[in-house]
Amino acid sequence: MNSPRVRTVFEAADIDRVLTRISHEIIEGAKGAQDLVLLGIQSRGVPLADRIGRRISEFEKVDVPVGALDITMYRDDLRLRPARALETTALPDVGVDGRIVVLVDDVLFSGRTVRAALDALNELGRPRVVRLAVLIDRGHRELPIRADYVGKNLPTSLQESVRVRLAELDGEDAVTLSSGGQSPRGGPNPGGEVA
Amino acid sequence: MKRHLLSAADLSHSDALLVLDTAAQLARVADRPVKKLPTLRGRTVVNLFFEDSTRTRISFEAAAKRLSADVINFSAKGSSVSKGESLKDTALTLEAMGADAVVVRHGSSGAPHRLASSGWIGGSVVNAGDGTHEHPTQALLDAFTLRENLVGGEGDLTGKKVTIVGDVLHSRVARSNVLLLSTLGADVTLVAPPTLLPIGVETWPCKVSYDLDPVIPESDAVMMLRVQLERMTDSYFPTAREYSRRYGLDNHRMSLLSERSIVMHPGPMNRGMEITADVADSKRSVIVEQVANGVSVRMAVLYLLLGGNAPAATPINEPSEGI
Repeated sequence: MNSPRVRTVFEAADIDRVLTRISHEIIEGAKGAQDLVLLGIQSRGVPLADRIGRRISEFEKVDVPVGALDITMYRDDLRLRPARALETTALPDVGVDGRIVVLVDDVLFSGRTVRAALDALNELGRPRVVRLAVLIDRGHRELPIRADYVGKNLPTSLQESVRVRLAELDGEDAVTLSSGGQSPRGGPNPGGEVA
Repeated sequence: MKRHLLSAADLSHSDALLVLDTAAQLARVADRPVKKLPTLRGRTVVNLFFEDSTRTRISFEAAAKRLSADVINFSAKGSSVSKGESLKDTALTLEAMGADAVVVRHGSSGAPHRLASSGWIGGSVVNAGDGTHEHPTQALLDAFTLRENLVGGEGDLTGKKVTIVGDVLHSRVARSNVLLLSTLGADVTLVAPPTLLPIGVETWPCKVSYDLDPVIPESDAVMMLRVQLERMTDSYFPTAREYSRRYGLDNHRMSLLSERSIVMHPGPMNRGMEITADVADSKRSVIVEQVANGVSVRMAVLYLLLGGNAPAATPINEPSEGI
């Protein structure tokens, strides 16, 4: 086994620029900020949704409702590990019915998290449209799911792991790629890696 | 967490906080249009009730159904138990049906422990009240209610003064509450006539008083226990009237409570005995809230025991794990 090599692929300024671009793309796709609701997937999707929400509010001069979605209860691998602690699901007061909902997550990997999020959303209401925004798309999809807004496509091998660090949770903004030493999916992932 | 929940003492400080935090998240499901989560689909929960109960059985049933588990209700009345079937044969029947969890209430102290340690069944055993021994999920819902009302719904109950009044001798609620609330850092005082205190109460992690009035003003919460007339095989106090004069909670005593203190009761109440109707229906009373919290707390217990391939590990330090 070789020891893990960690490489920073995205720095704070890169994350900033990319979020600004995604914010513009969301406004463009929704033809304004009316009816928009941003939902961050726990845990690192939540601060990302907040940041995008703040940018859109600034650009369009309207308040964009932002919420948080915990998908733990909808995961398809619950029976593979001990029961897990839950995180907060907080919907904005306006709800999601008839809205354009943008799900926000840090890394798109197998697509299973997004599938679980769609199931969770289904029981919270009936959005008009659901879109997906991710900071990093690392490939290796296991389900027919794709993102509408991607910060960066990052080709990876299954032996590598992608880690997103955000100032709100980790004290700094960075995306790192480490190779070797980490077990691929199915094994214990390091914090921050999301499929 | 351990595989079975038999006693409030089975829960460590971090276990107890995990249950309460999980319950706080699950409580929000009740506000949603679809009050259901798919998490326990395909799991079977058996409610095995050898003793009458309304709220506990309904509460466990609602909790299991909100998590999409299949629920089988078994009550001793109208079953083969009334034909003389033993606990063991009943348990083997349930095991053959593939019960993932057995929620058991029994008139004999220790019956859930027997069920859990005998090897008759493979699933988790949850004690829903055994004799005069323990009722851990009641203690959890009381702790949840205390936390919501006294400390803003987060952390533990360090330094909060909880007074438990009445028939401690016959109360499984009191024993479980003393154990759990002291684990969570609360100062518990039991108030009862000497005849209604169990032998060995001086070894419990709490204070004991025979007199209610001096304890009331410094209490953050007063929990009134039901006088369990059906368990009274002896005369423990001269008259009901004297009992309610000395140990009942009426408007006068309630007025001595500090402003933010709350009044609790595990139900069912004997209105006019340990608590007057005025007090039970007053603003300070959180009795209805306790019932609602019961469903959330029992959902949390079932989820943490059955939601994975093993009971939840504590402390959980991988919050951002991806699929």
